[in-house]
Amino acid sequence: MKKILPALAFMLLLVIPATILHAGAQTGQTYAITGAGSTLVFPLMDTWRVQYNSLHSNIHLNYQSIGSGAGIKLLEQKTVDFAASDAPLQPSDQQKAPGVLTLPESIGGITISYNLPGIDKGLKLTGPVIAQIFMGDITMWNDPAIASLNSGINLPAQKIEIAHRADGSGTTYAFTDYLSKVYPQWKTDVGQGKTVPWPVGTGAQGNAGVANIVKTTPYACGYVELAYAYQNNMTYAFVQNADGNAFVEPTIDSIAADAASANLPAADGDWSQVSIVNQPGSNSYPISTLTYVMIYKDLSQVNGETQDKSQEVINFLSWIIHDGQKFASPLLYVPLPDSIVKADEQGIAQIQFGGSTIPEFGPVAALVLAIAIVSIIAVSAKTGLKFAPKL
Amino acid sequence: METVKLKGGSPLFDKIFKIAAAIAATYILALITLIVFQLITGSYQIWTQEGISFLTGSDWNAVEGSESYGAAPYIVGTFVTAGLAMLIGVPISIGIAMFLSELAPKFLRSILSFVIELLAAVPSIIYGLWGMFIFRDYIRDWIEIPLNNVFGNNVWFFSGTPFGLDIFTASVVLAIMIIPTIASISREIMIAVPNSQREAAYMLGATKWEVFKMAVIPYSKSGLVGASILGLGRAVGETMAVTMLIGNATGPNAFPSSLFSPGQTMSSIIANEFAEASQGSLHMAALIGVGLILFIVAIAINIVAQLLVSRVLKAHQGAVLA
Repeated sequence: MKKILPALAFMLLLVIPATILHAGAQTGQTYAITGAGSTLVFPLMDTWRVQYNSLHSNIHLNYQSIGSGAGIKLLEQKTVDFAASDAPLQPSDQQKAPGVLTLPESIGGITISYNLPGIDKGLKLTGPVIAQIFMGDITMWNDPAIASLNSGINLPAQKIEIAHRADGSGTTYAFTDYLSKVYPQWKTDVGQGKTVPWPVGTGAQGNAGVANIVKTTPYACGYVELAYAYQNNMTYAFVQNADGNAFVEPTIDSIAADAASANLPAADGDWSQVSIVNQPGSNSYPISTLTYVMIYKDLSQVNGETQDKSQEVINFLSWIIHDGQKFASPLLYVPLPDSIVKADEQGIAQIQFGGSTIPEFGPVAALVLAIAIVSIIAVSAKTGLKFAPKL
Repeated sequence: METVKLKGGSPLFDKIFKIAAAIAATYILALITLIVFQLITGSYQIWTQEGISFLTGSDWNAVEGSESYGAAPYIVGTFVTAGLAMLIGVPISIGIAMFLSELAPKFLRSILSFVIELLAAVPSIIYGLWGMFIFRDYIRDWIEIPLNNVFGNNVWFFSGTPFGLDIFTASVVLAIMIIPTIASISREIMIAVPNSQREAAYMLGATKWEVFKMAVIPYSKSGLVGASILGLGRAVGETMAVTMLIGNATGPNAFPSSLFSPGQTMSSIIANEFAEASQGSLHMAALIGVGLILFIVAIAINIVAQLLVSRVLKAHQGAVLA
């Protein structure tokens, strides 16, 4: 009886590494690419996951939409292949995660949505007026500053109910970026960030929360991402462009026009000051933001990364900036203009594994390695049973 | 005399069993120590930077370069919403418990008790979504706007702009959430009152209300307080439902200026801002600091409640609290 136990333990010792290696060898061609971050980009990312898997059945994307900040945290801990964020890496993040490439992967636009009974979309607003509304300096809908821009519209003498994001968010980052640029007093009094000290208004969770407040509250006004505004049939303002010669409706085209005019750094450069708001062009809608994929230039430092998996990650990223872009418009994301696709291509070309280019490391090699390790264990176990427990 | 023969019993097994049990028990202590340790080290930065003004200040600015944090509005907001929820919830809960233990016919008792336990298990996000999409409209149109129209200019706590997402809505939904907890514990405590007490009162010719007043209440008083405080504990820590309903103001605006003004609680500001706060920043330290305050408040509330409940149960031998 007592001799069975060590024998069993010995067998287990043989079986365990063999199974693990066997499983590893068998799934050698299947890869799970992990990403985490932005909730804004999740619907698009999820479409990419499904579409890419239908093209390459061995690649599974696991993207967790846990928020941009949380995604960057996981990138710093090196537990995901890439992070997706609505805001660029800040200097403090760059220190914690050196050697990260920033690759814009889609563009989002932000609408000023309102609920004015009897008034359709197209209320005209300028940047400074929007800033004053969200600062609480303009409190009534029939304020002369709004009325003078909208002759012919009968504005109600009602208080403006402000709705803003309560959770930290890339949408807030881009919106306050715009307000800081067009109205200096906003920059000094409130500032720019994912969470800012709002002087007035009610906070809600997510774009859906703000959209809900604006939809259900007469005389409410809030900033809502383009897709949410379209899907909820909201009325939104036309905003004066940077040139100051037109009021532009937020559409996929007008937002793309804005992004195409922006000057961007190289993928491994400092993106913390990057902003595509308020770009020139008569048809540029001024409130827009890039969303980014962030990935280590040297993928070998990511936990669990292998050379051939890195290759698959690169293939995937290359697909999303090219073929993947055609899935953006139906979901009301703005496809990347050619200039940004070119910049991304150069960025992706820099990705390496352990400082070397990435050679093939096929499943056959894994199988050979597995057999070698198993036989070493088997031989060493047969010659001396000393490491088996004595009971 | 009979002896029991145990199969396989050995001193070694006994030893292993003891060690295993000790490890299991240590786990709880280790966990709480780790939580405290993490909360203190995580928030260390904010205490050195802001000092006592983190407790008393009302600034909340997470913009890099002009950061400044004070948790006072959220501490106040937590106690105001929890207090209002208690004000609404406790009388109703005690009423439910009274009905179940003294008045209800037998078949109703078990059904109602079961339903109450069931309600206590409804996840808070359900209450939050219901509150935000359905209840909010009714509370705004039927309660807040009429009250505001009648009293708004004269009584400060009905002033402001009724919006439906404010301290009042959050408190009412909180009350709905804590009623099952308080009611079910109160019922247990009232059932634990010895029947001899009731019989004695009936013998003196007391009516049902008088029995309740003379026999049940004096016996269960401190237990009922304990049950209410357990409800308070839930109200203080409640996160998702409150976050969705309270309006999430920050900074000095978050001080509750009226029933109909948006506010913020300690748990809701953590829920709102934690995911996007960057690791190791002062913002993160401030949020963990708020967590530490919340932890201390929750522990204090629970200790008081446990003391009160256990006192009443000890006083009446044979009473069993589920």
